[in-house]
Amino acid sequence: MTDTHLDGNALGALLIDLFGQEMTNQNGCCDACGAINPLGRTVVYRDAPGDVVRCSDCGAVLMVAVRTETRLRVSIQSLRWIDLPT
Amino acid sequence: MERTAVRGRLNWIVAEVVELIDETETVKSIVFDCPEWRGHLPGQHVDIRLTAEDGYQAQRSYSIANPPTGEKVVVTVELVDDGEVSPYLIGELAVGDQIELRGPIGGYFVWTSEHGGPLLLVAGGSGVVPLMAMIRAWAESDRQVPVRLLTSARSWETLIYRDELRRLDSSLDNLEVAHTLTRAQPADWQGYSRRVDQQMLAETSWPATERPLGFVCGPTGFVETVAASLVALGHAAARIKTERFGPSGG
Repeated sequence: MTDTHLDGNALGALLIDLFGQEMTNQNGCCDACGAINPLGRTVVYRDAPGDVVRCSDCGAVLMVAVRTETRLRVSIQSLRWIDLPT
Repeated sequence: MERTAVRGRLNWIVAEVVELIDETETVKSIVFDCPEWRGHLPGQHVDIRLTAEDGYQAQRSYSIANPPTGEKVVVTVELVDDGEVSPYLIGELAVGDQIELRGPIGGYFVWTSEHGGPLLLVAGGSGVVPLMAMIRAWAESDRQVPVRLLTSARSWETLIYRDELRRLDSSLDNLEVAHTLTRAQPADWQGYSRRVDQQMLAETSWPATERPLGFVCGPTGFVETVAASLVALGHAAARIKTERFGPSGG
């Protein structure tokens, strides 16, 4: 089923929880292909118990976020860097 | 316009329902009075949280429909039959009720007049909601940026904001509105009657040489088709911003 994915816009609240500021317009670099895109452009799969965030260019898994009742576990995978406004 | 960064987690705040507007048979706009609201930008969304008596909570994201003026927050909600949140918002919520929301959320799928244009807006179904916030903000601006909107709906009756769009389209220069009705059309229908395709986009959108700024919002399949078609027409992918509605939208 290819019709179930969302995009990085859906990560807005999660990224604010993580970074304390709006992040979807900030750039991230995929470690697999080197593509640089705003985080809002990523491809997000919610079928899994958490959010699987993939590169919009090559599909590599950039990060996985799993929320339980008490914890938010974020696994950074193929995300080489992200920019934050200072 | 860069919003001043406010660090920290998003807090849930209480908002009171002050008006309910029937948009279609299955779509309502909910107007919240929200004294703690610190403003928003067109294209942003809010999370709405419902708490049951036993403590069970469900939350969903909804695009903000109103332009960023005042303490009001307006969301337009489509009923999802097997949804957890929308049946309550559409069927149970009454004026005077209080509800929890948090936001605004989003910085990528956002347009203000400072972003410029020409503006190319393409909506599938309730994907028109964040684009309407942009059009309403644009209508309140100096309207120097030319705007073209293409919406896709199943029928005229299910087309959200149809009367307001018709009024704006006929009264404001620099705005062109086109509709396609994919399943049923009025007898005198002069718009399109098929799913959005590359030919329709070529006829209704700006040529790629104009370098428009595009916002595409709708169900995932719709967004993918439109974005791919626009790129095939020569538009730079980075100038086409997309927002997909998922199956958990209910």
